[in-house]
Amino acid sequence: MDVGLELRGVVAGYGQGDILRGLDLDVPAGQITCLIGPNGSGKSTVLRVISGLLAPQAGQVRLAGKNVTGWSPRAMLNQGVAHVPQERSVFPAMSVWDNVLMGAYINNDHNAVARRATEIAQRFPIVARRRRDLAGSLSGGEQKTVEIARTMMLDPPVLCFDEPSAGLEPRARKTIFGILADLSREGRTILLVEQNARSGLAIAHNGAVLDAGIVGLAAPAPELLDSPEVGRLYLGAS
Amino acid sequence: MSALLAVEGLTKSFGGVRALDECSFEVAEGSVSALIGPNGSGKTTAFNVITGYQPADAGRLAFRGRAVRRPDPCRLQRLGLARTFQQTRVFPGLTAAENVVLARSQSWAGLLRRRVSGPDRRRAGDLLDEFGLAAYADMPAGRLSYGQRKLLEFASVLMADPLLVLLDEPTAGINPIMIETMEQHIRRRHARGVTFLIVGHEMQFVMRLCDPVIVLDHGRPIACDAPGEVQNDPRVLDAYLGD
Repeated sequence: MDVGLELRGVVAGYGQGDILRGLDLDVPAGQITCLIGPNGSGKSTVLRVISGLLAPQAGQVRLAGKNVTGWSPRAMLNQGVAHVPQERSVFPAMSVWDNVLMGAYINNDHNAVARRATEIAQRFPIVARRRRDLAGSLSGGEQKTVEIARTMMLDPPVLCFDEPSAGLEPRARKTIFGILADLSREGRTILLVEQNARSGLAIAHNGAVLDAGIVGLAAPAPELLDSPEVGRLYLGAS
Repeated sequence: MSALLAVEGLTKSFGGVRALDECSFEVAEGSVSALIGPNGSGKTTAFNVITGYQPADAGRLAFRGRAVRRPDPCRLQRLGLARTFQQTRVFPGLTAAENVVLARSQSWAGLLRRRVSGPDRRRAGDLLDEFGLAAYADMPAGRLSYGQRKLLEFASVLMADPLLVLLDEPTAGINPIMIETMEQHIRRRHARGVTFLIVGHEMQFVMRLCDPVIVLDHGRPIACDAPGEVQNDPRVLDAYLGD
């Protein structure tokens, strides 16, 4: 699973405005990289560029050294890059089990999908326990766990998480961060966008602070946790 | 400076979430004040409640020294309080000039007559000129760039000669040059006596333009001070960086 990401000189945005303005970012293989930064600095846009939801106007995205700039979301998924968006994305009117099966919709081997779903249910007990319940009836933390379980159906080596702790109470947040740490220990590459900067950095190996569309500061996560420079970038002190 | 706007104990809940929690602060007349805070801290809810777009569960509001018992957007605009929105609101099928004229405080009957007075037309022209939009006066607003629409919305609220303008994220989604343009327009209008309360996430912009800076967290102010003080306040840093 030695798959890292590199972004070089990425320019991207929506309409006439550029959100990312020549962004360089390294996401080392097998580690958690936590991307923090104030609102509007471009964190979610970075994930959208990586997963192919937004084609950059300039620059390069490289996956394990291969240029994958502008590839479609499906092509990126086939390369093993999965994106868990910020907003709740379970299908609320479908059962938990069907939600998990949807994670492998690009796989036509139904027996393999069923086997994988059984493995996933062992790994994420909520999936087995609530398999027949409608996903919309689960708590926020449980829904996020089901989203991660669904994402794991394709066993992706690279995972992009967009604020997985948003709106969760502290215990659920701890559970989700625990899952992320476990996924990292398996050697997966994780890019974590997190509003709660200190919690995100606490489980990460590397940190980067986004400032108006570029990386203003990048360092090992423990160093960033103690850096006064982070506050400066958040609050605009000169 | 006396308080042009005073809110006291403003509370607003959505289901089990307290978006505003006994929130109190003042906006001094003649100031350019900022309202900042992390996501979900209650900034836009505060704007919505103050301007009558959402009813408060509890609390008091005073504008120009008088209690406003049931805030109503139209009545407040007539009293001199106007606002813009985070998601810019213009009428895309109307021309830029029509958008500005329509924003003048007037009765429904006035709107239905579809007659624009000479003075209103001239005033709209002056505003478009001031905001560098004169060349687009007869163009549908939907064809303007996002930044130009932000300027058009700003120009439109000035049509009613407000004393206090609440700007909700005036710099969101616009490029650095347009942010500077926006700042110049705010400074120019401030010099002509307009008071501002600005919700912003672009910190460089907020910190060089606004004083005081009011910081909300979990629906109530945790700091209200000069920019330099706020930037070094550990409570503010904790609110932004989490625990």
